[in-house]
Amino acid sequence: MRTFFALIRRDVTLGIRASGGAALSAAFFALIVVLAPLGLGPDMATLKSASPGLFWIAALLATLLGLERIVQPDVEDGTLDLLRLSPLPLEFVALAKIISHWLTSGLIITILAPALAPLLNLSLDAVPVLALSLLIGTPALSAIGAAAAALGASVQRGGMVLALLALPLNIPFLIFGSTAVAQAQTNTDPTQALTLLGACSLIAVVVGSIAAATSLRLNDD
Amino acid sequence: MPVLAYANPERFARLARSLTPWLLGSAVGLLLAGLFLGLFLAPPDYQQGDAARIMYVHVPAAWMAMFVYGCMALASAVAFIWKHPLADVAAKASAPIGCIFTALALITGMLWGKPMWGAWWVWDARLTSVLILFFMYLGYIVLWNAIEDPARAVRAARILALVGAINIPIIKFSVDWWNTLHQGASVFRADGPSITGSMLIPLLVMAVAYNVLYAALLLIRMRAEIAERRLRSIRLGLEFEPK
Amino acid sequence: MTDWSTFFAMGGYAAYVWPAYAISVVSLLALAIASWTWMTRAERLASSSKSAEETAPETKP
Repeated sequence: MRTFFALIRRDVTLGIRASGGAALSAAFFALIVVLAPLGLGPDMATLKSASPGLFWIAALLATLLGLERIVQPDVEDGTLDLLRLSPLPLEFVALAKIISHWLTSGLIITILAPALAPLLNLSLDAVPVLALSLLIGTPALSAIGAAAAALGASVQRGGMVLALLALPLNIPFLIFGSTAVAQAQTNTDPTQALTLLGACSLIAVVVGSIAAATSLRLNDD
Repeated sequence: MPVLAYANPERFARLARSLTPWLLGSAVGLLLAGLFLGLFLAPPDYQQGDAARIMYVHVPAAWMAMFVYGCMALASAVAFIWKHPLADVAAKASAPIGCIFTALALITGMLWGKPMWGAWWVWDARLTSVLILFFMYLGYIVLWNAIEDPARAVRAARILALVGAINIPIIKFSVDWWNTLHQGASVFRADGPSITGSMLIPLLVMAVAYNVLYAALLLIRMRAEIAERRLRSIRLGLEFEPK
Repeated sequence: MTDWSTFFAMGGYAAYVWPAYAISVVSLLALAIASWTWMTRAERLASSSKSAEETAPETKP
């Protein structure tokens, strides 16, 4: 367990200091939110109805950003080989990587999103649901992303490949997350969407850890 | 052990060589029969008229899109559990065929949708799912091409196919759920025409033809893949690499 | 010949029915030809380099 937390602490520190780290994810997320009205026009009613989807698409894209940095450097500099010698099962190494990626992307986005809500005219009632849906859903984005990153670890400059692998699998979270926010905005009960989001998120974290660990074992020989 | 791993693909290649002409011949025969039945003998639908004939190329392609992914996932599971080299070859060979069938299902679906629904594309649950399936095929093919070391690519592709297969029911469910929620926005009937016997026979012939064609193309692509692996291992001075 | 022109007109849906059939046939045919040429080339290369290796003096230890 000590290794587990030490690994998280190390990866979070790296994630904050690295050039492609937490700050970049946050800035990218904010930038998409700012770009949307410039593309859609400043009409407040349009923005209001589009905002749940826009926030979630921005979250999907912003969590893709830090993925390359969470596995590939460790494969290249041999840290992974050391980690495999430690008593910690590789599934937990993967889980630690998922958690540290989430702390430096999903969590930041979750905190940032309510502050950006007025820019897209999201109604005030929906803001807590937006934060809650991102809190529940973004760990799954990190989990699926980590599995994709582990698969693509042997690909040079695999950023676009990563996106192509991860984005189709992220569709359920986009659907449930943005629907929950949209329902909260139109005064419909978002409980069902949030429950489904939570259930899928749990499955994704488990499947993501196992898949990422299995792919890390690829580098066996 | 290397002898066993070498013998299996070799014996398979011999069997495939004798089967290929038969399968390819019957696929062409069945396709011609199916096209003839669909274009000439099948009656026009009483509601959709002759546009319903698109069904005979659209529906079998959509079936194959799902069936081939299932075969690919099954082969990957076999490869994952028993490390059988032929299963990896089968999964890799299936992907481009499935991708083409998926693209055909989408394109013919659009050509059918325009006269029937008045739009090239509607965000209907089935269309959306097939579109996502198309991107999953693309991801699988891209992963194969992106990893240079063949031994690693084999294992990465297995995992991707299996993770995709686990996720497909969840994606399908979420898309269906999303679609029923927005039912008010679209009042299109997504179903095809109600099927009568004279329309069912061409459809079934085309479905069988597509299946046989898949089998023939699969054998051809597996033979090519096996030959390429043999070539690679000869160049490396090894026997067949037991992957 | 009015028979044939009504057949090609496809009840007014010619612009949709014919492209659907054409693209299906053409792309499946293209896939089949591409697979076939890939296979024949790979098998020819494999068998020729194999026989070359067999006739060549043994270099492996």
